[in-house]
Amino acid sequence: MTTVLNLNGERKSVDVPDEMPLLWVLRDVLGMTGTKFGCGAALCGACTVHVDGKAVRSCLLSIGELGERAVTTIEGIGVTPVGAKVQKAWLDLEVVQCGYCQSGQVMSAAALLAATPRPDDADIDAAMAGNICRCGTYKRIRDAIKLASSERQP
Amino acid sequence: MTIADTKKVGLSRRNLLRGGLASGILVAFHLPLRKADAVTQPIAAARFAPNAFIRIGGDGITTLVMPQVEMGQGIYTSIAMILAEELDADFSRLTLEHAPPDDKLYGNPMFGLQSTGNSNSIRAFWKPMRAAGANARAMLIQAAAARWQVDPATCTAANSEVIHALSGRSFAYGDLVEAASALPIPKDTPFKNPDEFKLIGKPLKRLDTPDKVNGKAKYGIDAMMPGLSFATLAQCPVFGGKVAKIDDTAAKKVPGVRKIVVLEDLVAVVGDNMWAAKCGLEALNIIWDEGPNANLDSEEIWKQLRVASAKGGAVAKTNGDVTKGLAVGEKYEASFELPFLAHATMEPLNCTVHVKKEACEVWVGTQIMTRVQSEAAKAAGVPVDKVIVNQHLLGGGFGRRLEPDMVIAAVRIGRHVDGPVKVVWTREEDIQHDIYRPIYRDDVAATLEDGKIVAFKYRVAGSAIVARWLPPGFRNGIDGDAVDSATDAPYEIPNFQVEYVRAEPPAIPTGFFRGVGPNNNVFAIESFMDELARKAGKDPIAFRRAMLGKAPRVQNVLDLVAQKSGWGKLLPRRFGRGVSLQPTFDTAIATVVEAEVDDLGEVRLHRVTLAVDTGIAVNPDTIAAQLEGGIVFGLTAALYGEITIDKGRVQQSNFHDYRMLRIDQMPKIEIHIVKSGEAPGGIGEAGVIGSAPALRNAIYAATGVALRKLPIDRSLIAAGKKS
Repeated sequence: MTTVLNLNGERKSVDVPDEMPLLWVLRDVLGMTGTKFGCGAALCGACTVHVDGKAVRSCLLSIGELGERAVTTIEGIGVTPVGAKVQKAWLDLEVVQCGYCQSGQVMSAAALLAATPRPDDADIDAAMAGNICRCGTYKRIRDAIKLASSERQP
Repeated sequence: MTIADTKKVGLSRRNLLRGGLASGILVAFHLPLRKADAVTQPIAAARFAPNAFIRIGGDGITTLVMPQVEMGQGIYTSIAMILAEELDADFSRLTLEHAPPDDKLYGNPMFGLQSTGNSNSIRAFWKPMRAAGANARAMLIQAAAARWQVDPATCTAANSEVIHALSGRSFAYGDLVEAASALPIPKDTPFKNPDEFKLIGKPLKRLDTPDKVNGKAKYGIDAMMPGLSFATLAQCPVFGGKVAKIDDTAAKKVPGVRKIVVLEDLVAVVGDNMWAAKCGLEALNIIWDEGPNANLDSEEIWKQLRVASAKGGAVAKTNGDVTKGLAVGEKYEASFELPFLAHATMEPLNCTVHVKKEACEVWVGTQIMTRVQSEAAKAAGVPVDKVIVNQHLLGGGFGRRLEPDMVIAAVRIGRHVDGPVKVVWTREEDIQHDIYRPIYRDDVAATLEDGKIVAFKYRVAGSAIVARWLPPGFRNGIDGDAVDSATDAPYEIPNFQVEYVRAEPPAIPTGFFRGVGPNNNVFAIESFMDELARKAGKDPIAFRRAMLGKAPRVQNVLDLVAQKSGWGKLLPRRFGRGVSLQPTFDTAIATVVEAEVDDLGEVRLHRVTLAVDTGIAVNPDTIAAQLEGGIVFGLTAALYGEITIDKGRVQQSNFHDYRMLRIDQMPKIEIHIVKSGEAPGGIGEAGVIGSAPALRNAIYAATGVALRKLPIDRSLIAAGKKS
């Protein structure tokens, strides 16, 4: 059935079953491959997107549940001031290694900073512990979140 | 910088060969050309292509062709830095292209095939890349000097220009391509002195990362093309088992399911998208013929390894007389055991294929391009030269993508599919059908007299991965990887012996894992060193230091880590510091872990200090990043990593029962890089190796409990049993 998505500020029409998770709609139906598949069970955070500004695992969120709420993906986060700050801090501190989990890390970090502009270590732990990085870039992720939180709007 | 579309690579290579040959230029560093047809083709456009790695267009665009794959280790940037350094290219205006599969042009000199692994990309390509850059620069300078009619020695190069300072003239490289292409390739152009380096040694920004923070980077799993269908698969959960029968009535009714492919050992469901394929697979009723391994379990596998180990093996290294030495003084013995590990790359296994009647195209991120090409050819039943391999970024390699099994499976499935199909493993399938880090058993015996080691005998038993993966590397019963960092342990011990017992586990496939053999050897040797230091009544660092007279670089990093870690300073109760040394990959590392244990045996990581001498640090920030991440990788394995077998199948399935260290468990990490003029060492895996034994030794220092297995057993710590 046809569903209209509110995606990165645009309306996108897709013809998929209601129970299909947003992750596969993004990747396989719309070809937006920036959002990654990691575990399919909300255990790793690679598929993190924003729904109404909050970090959500898209692998378990069905299109039916989503409704017309606003979705932001890694392809769209750079146009928001907080997203741009996170991306810049990520590059300034050279956080990324293989990069596969980093779409999800950037999305989780951007949601954290939008809600908590000056996070402390405990805030960072709470917001980011759901995102696994197998390359082990956590030290720089923490430093980059702090850098982004200390910088004024780009 | 742009990374060129992988689709263009095959075509670009042909252009490269045409350009090079038609200009009368031989390819540098003894890499012969194979394609006869290339010789007859005219130059399409003015370009300078003096070797397989450098191409400069008339527009000045400099393209560097990357022989090594990017899987997070930063090699695209480091190799580009080495090439651009000697070429004097403008680093801010480079295009990178991944090399096509071609062992002759792009083979790793240390392997003899196109392979990225063993932390050797920089070691293997350090000289060839410098030569490629230096020779090309010399030709450009010569071309400019001829036009100006001046002595080439009066010209210099910088930022993709040749400069004649005396007359204030300069030429952009792009203006010199035709003239330079007509020149013979010089031999033995001198390299720059390290004090002339403009790029090497600087913490330059990586070239691959901007597209990795905005969703644009394309991993294998991101391959998309018109007409693509999506598949996921179930292999027999019992190793070696086969499909007995399937009932696909319900699966066929799942919306979006296009086809069900049943092969001898696996079933794949092809659909409009991964969701349809997954739902289809779940709706299938598969009856497996579990075969001869249906009752295999971890206990039986360990029993077989212990029996094999007890039989003894081949001597890999011997100094003095270990038998006599073991009869002198107080004797101590211990056995160490390490578990199977799954790689769990964040990008699950996947491969996209388009199998046609007489050709096959593959899209994948792999550490072994040519092997993937030849295996795809076999599986598709087409000649090798009819297989196109499109290399993508790797969402983690860690040795998992040194195997072609995902490509073979995808091609076998793809033969039954019209058009291209992307085959994606679920996380569960990825973990339960890995090619696992083997289990190892290490038996150590040593004698002490007057607080010094008289004899040290070390026997490692486990898989010979090299014997399967690169057979010529397996000689005289010795697997060089399985004994790596044992045979070259840095200690001066009068009577020293290393033995190797090849013992393949039944049914469980084993392969390389980040840190490889040294993960095991350094864990056992460094753990036992701490036990011996305690028997001798010595401080663990002082005990080790006294034996490092012939390993000054190791001694130096040990001194540095002692100073930086605050070694010897008082710690609160139930805190401990542990140290570990390693000589691995031509890189000397000393690691100190500071950890705390509670009464339940839970471990809290506080601080890791690592000192490294890896020779010339090509990109020090990349080196620090690799070590930081390696430490996390090693600590993850130490705290959680274990794959167990029951009823012939892997018991773990996803990140809830195959755990990873997370950000809230992170220790502080400090990396200290020693300035060095030695040739660069390996770094990609080096950080992994020392963190587990240093943590184990920290727990030993905190509690007196001498752990002899990984992962760390909290119940042993809680019980407080001393060795």
